[in-house]
Amino acid sequence: MKNNFIVREVANLFLPIIVLFGFYVQFHGDFGPGGGFQAGVIVAVGIILYALVHGLKKTRQLIPDVFIRFLMAMGLLLFAATGLASLFLGAEFLNYSVLGSDQLTGQHIGIILIELGVGITVAAVMVAIFYAFVGRDAK
Amino acid sequence: MSWFSHYNYWIVIFLMMIGLYIVICRDNLARKVIGLNVFQTSVFVLFISIGAVRGATAPILAEGFTEYANPLPHVLILTAIVVGVATTSLALALIVRINEAYGTIDENQIQAKDGDG
Amino acid sequence: MLAVTAIALLCVRGLFVASMLTGIYSLLTTALFVLLDAVDVAFTEAAVGAGITTVLFLAMLSKVSARHNDSSTLNFQPLPFLVVILTGALLVYATRDMPEFGDPQAPANLHVAPKYIKDGKKETGVPNLVTAVLASYRGYDTLGEVTVIFTAGVGVLLLLGRKRRRTSGESGEE
Repeated sequence: MKNNFIVREVANLFLPIIVLFGFYVQFHGDFGPGGGFQAGVIVAVGIILYALVHGLKKTRQLIPDVFIRFLMAMGLLLFAATGLASLFLGAEFLNYSVLGSDQLTGQHIGIILIELGVGITVAAVMVAIFYAFVGRDAK
Repeated sequence: MSWFSHYNYWIVIFLMMIGLYIVICRDNLARKVIGLNVFQTSVFVLFISIGAVRGATAPILAEGFTEYANPLPHVLILTAIVVGVATTSLALALIVRINEAYGTIDENQIQAKDGDG
Repeated sequence: MLAVTAIALLCVRGLFVASMLTGIYSLLTTALFVLLDAVDVAFTEAAVGAGITTVLFLAMLSKVSARHNDSSTLNFQPLPFLVVILTGALLVYATRDMPEFGDPQAPANLHVAPKYIKDGKKETGVPNLVTAVLASYRGYDTLGEVTVIFTAGVGVLLLLGRKRRRTSGESGEE
């Protein structure tokens, strides 16, 4: 598939749109359908499309394995850290009302942080799984 | 209460039983995973259909709507789908390893090879 | 239509065809979810089921060589079929106690859901109730789910991510 001109160009055209849509879903999840889970999967699909068209080797140079593994853990840690932050600010674990000046801002900050953590972890895990499967016999 | 008002459960049960039959009868491990997926989807449909309310709209608050579908099952299934794909990938990874170790993904052949020693 | 695809899944021969059919099956499930007012769930199912799962199945098939594809027996087996029919009949009998489809007075719709719908906007400031419940009211659940996903990712990396390859004799005991 690497040598097919049309496939490559169409993929190049779609890739930014897919990733942009992923981010839109991530940050617009409060108002429309969407959220961290969907956004993570969409961004991962964009990266997988790139890997399918341009080859796994090039993708791995762009986004190395170590970075993906780092993101996997960071997303989860961001989630837990948000919970701990509210714990230290005097509320229950994962009660975000104390994160902002009033309850609504606090909740909003908390929800955005949590969704970001979810999105990062899901995207990183999906890409890591894809790398692991496809890179299996390329050693 | 008419019998026909429960048709959503019948669809769910039908899908569930197909999934169960695939899991029991197919010796190929990849097919068993597909069967598990079918079974899993039937459970998703069950939850969502329990949360559906007649005449309601999607649970995103907007002007002019007062009836919303129950958001709780949606949340549960939303996370369950993503967890489902994670576990499916784990199962597929195990299949790849089994294929490397035994050279087959057929259950009977694997047991035969184990029997030989 | 979903049922027809499921039966097709039961009967098709090649594993490649079966993987493609799982994609179609997910897409049909997505349509069903939209009809049942679950747009968030439909979104997820479309992205995950029709996208990622199919890619993963194909990746797995490319690793498991094609010669095993048709080894699976597709003949009709009476005993499991009987068990399945009996279980199904039992479950259909059990649905007589379940609430009607779309009943607003069903027990599932009476307990916490009205509170989420009534106070969700006021307490979290987020109009999408699914996001509000997911991230705020049920934060613990979501934390657990993310941990499960993380663990699954680690598991796949442990199973497949190793650099060295073992011969079949050594790894037989695992």
